[in-house]
Amino acid sequence: MQTRDLAAIRKLIAAHKRWDAVFGVFGLLCLMVGVLAFASLFADMAIRGFDRLEWSFFTSFPSRRAADAGILSAWVGSTLVMAVTAFVAVPLGVAAGVYLEEYAPRNWMTDIIEINITNLAGVPSIVYGLLALGLFVYQFGLGQSILSAGLTLALLILPVVIVATREAIRSIPQHIREGSYALGATQWQTVRYHILPYSLAGILTGMIIGMARAIGETAPIITIGALTFIAFLPPAPVSAEPPYLSFEWLMSPFTVMPIQVFNWTSRPEAAFQSNAAAAGFVLVFMTLAMNGLAIWLRYRLRKNIKW
Amino acid sequence: MSVPAPSATLPAMIPVTPGARSAARRARIIRERIIESVLFLAALVSVFTTVGIVYILVKESVVFFQQVSIVDFLTDTQWTPLFDDAHFGIMVLLSGTITSSLVALSIAIPLGTVIAIYLSEFAPFKLREVAKPFLELLGGVPTIVYGYFALLFVTPLLQYFYPELPGFNLLSAGIVMGIMIVPYVSSISEDAMRAVPMSLREGSYAMGATRYQTATRVVVPAAVSGIAAAYILGISRAVGETMILAVAAGMQPNLTFNPLEPAATITAYIVQVALGDLPHGSVGYQTIFAAGLTLMLFTLACNIVGHAMRKRFREAY
Amino acid sequence: MSVPAVLVRPGTRADAESRIPKAEVKDLSFYYGAFQALRNIGMVVHEKQVTALIGPSGCGKSTFLRCFNRMHDLYPGNRYEGEIRLYPDNTNLLGRDIDPIEVRMRISMVFQKPNPFPKSIFENAAYGLRVRGLRARRALEEKVEQALRRAALWDEVKDRLQDPAFNLSGGQQQRLCIARALATDPEMLLFDEPTSALDPIATASIEELIHNLKDKVTILIVTHNMQQAARVSDYTAYMYLGELVEFGVTDEVFIKPKKKETEDYITGRFG
Repeated sequence: MQTRDLAAIRKLIAAHKRWDAVFGVFGLLCLMVGVLAFASLFADMAIRGFDRLEWSFFTSFPSRRAADAGILSAWVGSTLVMAVTAFVAVPLGVAAGVYLEEYAPRNWMTDIIEINITNLAGVPSIVYGLLALGLFVYQFGLGQSILSAGLTLALLILPVVIVATREAIRSIPQHIREGSYALGATQWQTVRYHILPYSLAGILTGMIIGMARAIGETAPIITIGALTFIAFLPPAPVSAEPPYLSFEWLMSPFTVMPIQVFNWTSRPEAAFQSNAAAAGFVLVFMTLAMNGLAIWLRYRLRKNIKW
Repeated sequence: MSVPAPSATLPAMIPVTPGARSAARRARIIRERIIESVLFLAALVSVFTTVGIVYILVKESVVFFQQVSIVDFLTDTQWTPLFDDAHFGIMVLLSGTITSSLVALSIAIPLGTVIAIYLSEFAPFKLREVAKPFLELLGGVPTIVYGYFALLFVTPLLQYFYPELPGFNLLSAGIVMGIMIVPYVSSISEDAMRAVPMSLREGSYAMGATRYQTATRVVVPAAVSGIAAAYILGISRAVGETMILAVAAGMQPNLTFNPLEPAATITAYIVQVALGDLPHGSVGYQTIFAAGLTLMLFTLACNIVGHAMRKRFREAY
Repeated sequence: MSVPAVLVRPGTRADAESRIPKAEVKDLSFYYGAFQALRNIGMVVHEKQVTALIGPSGCGKSTFLRCFNRMHDLYPGNRYEGEIRLYPDNTNLLGRDIDPIEVRMRISMVFQKPNPFPKSIFENAAYGLRVRGLRARRALEEKVEQALRRAALWDEVKDRLQDPAFNLSGGQQQRLCIARALATDPEMLLFDEPTSALDPIATASIEELIHNLKDKVTILIVTHNMQQAARVSDYTAYMYLGELVEFGVTDEVFIKPKKKETEDYITGRFG
């Protein structure tokens, strides 16, 4: 190859590599847009709401006076609703995931179930709210209660739990199952003593991600009719007098954190916007902490499991 | 010689007589079948959910459409369900949905695609390990908080440059919605690109191509159906978004395609009704189901197409 | 397409022309991270001749081949030591100041599994040309036709150049990949086990192709099939555990190997 040709090639390559560099910078800039958006969101909430983040904020009810308003009923409501959601979604989701991975034959019924799960993952959350309104609140007569909300959110995050369970189960190699069956175990025994324990971490990750999603959901809860101004707490689940356990709280009206944020954001007064910022900050913090925990769990999982 | 008694540590699981053995076997089989049925029912819950959704939407909509003709529903240019002279033109709400979604997608699709290409083909390993979880977190922020962000940060910021911008407008909501959807588009697109086998990339590099050339001329065309699936799922997400629009775009139905105006989307309208006091069974109450049905049909179509494309793409590689 | 007879080629090529070096490997070592995959290899690749690299699985022949077009640079953690000098300009291909892209523009590669791009047949063949900035339609068509003819594929595809490359059979796809590599007039052509994924008839056609190409371009071919090396190459290098055990004219290596290890491998006592 003549030196002349070599020089021409080198010039061409330099020109092309300029595009490489340009795109490298451009891609990084685009990533920075996301980082910037997130940072400004966080900063805005922190700055506007920081003053309100004191103990009384967490222990007061909402009030017409912005300075006295707090998120007590909201976070208690969120906790109770999350309890119902977890109680319903996790067993159902794990059971469904186990069925689909260990028991389901490859036939049209299984296909329908799988198609359904994929579709439900993409249904807008407000449609779940409509389902809950028509079915749970009125048709089943559960009313505008914590139970309705918990069931709705459970259905909403069910696909997340199912997918996480399935992926966790799929990563268990076949020879573990074969070893169990070879010892004479039944299918359920294999699932109970091998499959479930080994996939627990993955299931846990999915559960946390689902809960993080559920805790921030507003639309379905509004649609059910959660009231935005609640200045009382639902009846306590446990009490000192018999019967020691009560389920009255399930049927109680309630509010949740995202709705409180919504309520205060909609008020024009700057003082309420501070409250909204503070409540939003708490909500984002909870969501991020849960998501962060799940991501960290997944990362540790990948490093630890050695078959 | 007597048979030694079973030791205390061994479970007495092995019956001795043949009769007892087959009885135990039958009991075991029944137990296994019951467990399998329970698990099967759990899996069926997803089908029940879909059936429930379809049932409730159609049930209430049927009642609605007995009072309002479908033609009117689709062609009327006013949406005033609570007036005495009530109009039910879904176009009004659709215009809000379409406009805000267009704004959102015009941000999410370019940004998401570029980020996907960058992370898949350019970024060093360490950067990917940090960026991917970060994008997941970005997508996990509750939408009400994004709504807050749109109303109380983005709108004032835009008003700084364009003072005539109304406090409620589709533009802010659309922009924030776009940022929210970026992780969706980028993660699915990136998965599609990573699924393209290395042998194709090696073939391109061996011909003297740069990273940019390989990414744009070989990897992206090879991943195109997966990327298209990402776009379609992004569209579905934008159309179905509620809170950002309810908070930042106002809840005033307004037939417009101008993002600088306030308008209600289908989803925001449902929220508005739910916040109010509508008696169960009234036409006003039923409008939300009719609106919900429209929404559901559209997102369902998007999701089916998107997932079919994704599945076909996975099978190709 | 006739099937050539399977023989060790009689006679050696002792012409002065065949002794011109195209590339010289000087004390080449290669590390995957901490693991040393190639040890102090020294060899000459003769111009316009076919040189075969043979050896048992894992001996490093593919690793060695990929040093020639800097494919290892695509993955982090790899390190070269030593030189590969390309003539006539005496450039060290492994030099840190030499861009791998420049190397790849002079030296093309055909892979084990045919890897046509998801494009039309024409665009596959034209890919390298477009990367080099050639845009004129007529010039592209000429070069594509020339490359497809040299790859013995033209007659089969000339009426369907716009069809997707995936519609071709395995053997045709591999010939398309060869055409793609040829279209840019490379100085050297690297073949990494090009027929191991193909059926015997396709294999025979590719071997004949390699034989015909030799007059125009220097060829370095890795093969795990000894008979193929004997059929196709002028020079053979036997490698074992990352070292070059023996290198010489093919007939001598196969009929009168100098080292016992070579003899053991060739006679099947080992490997």
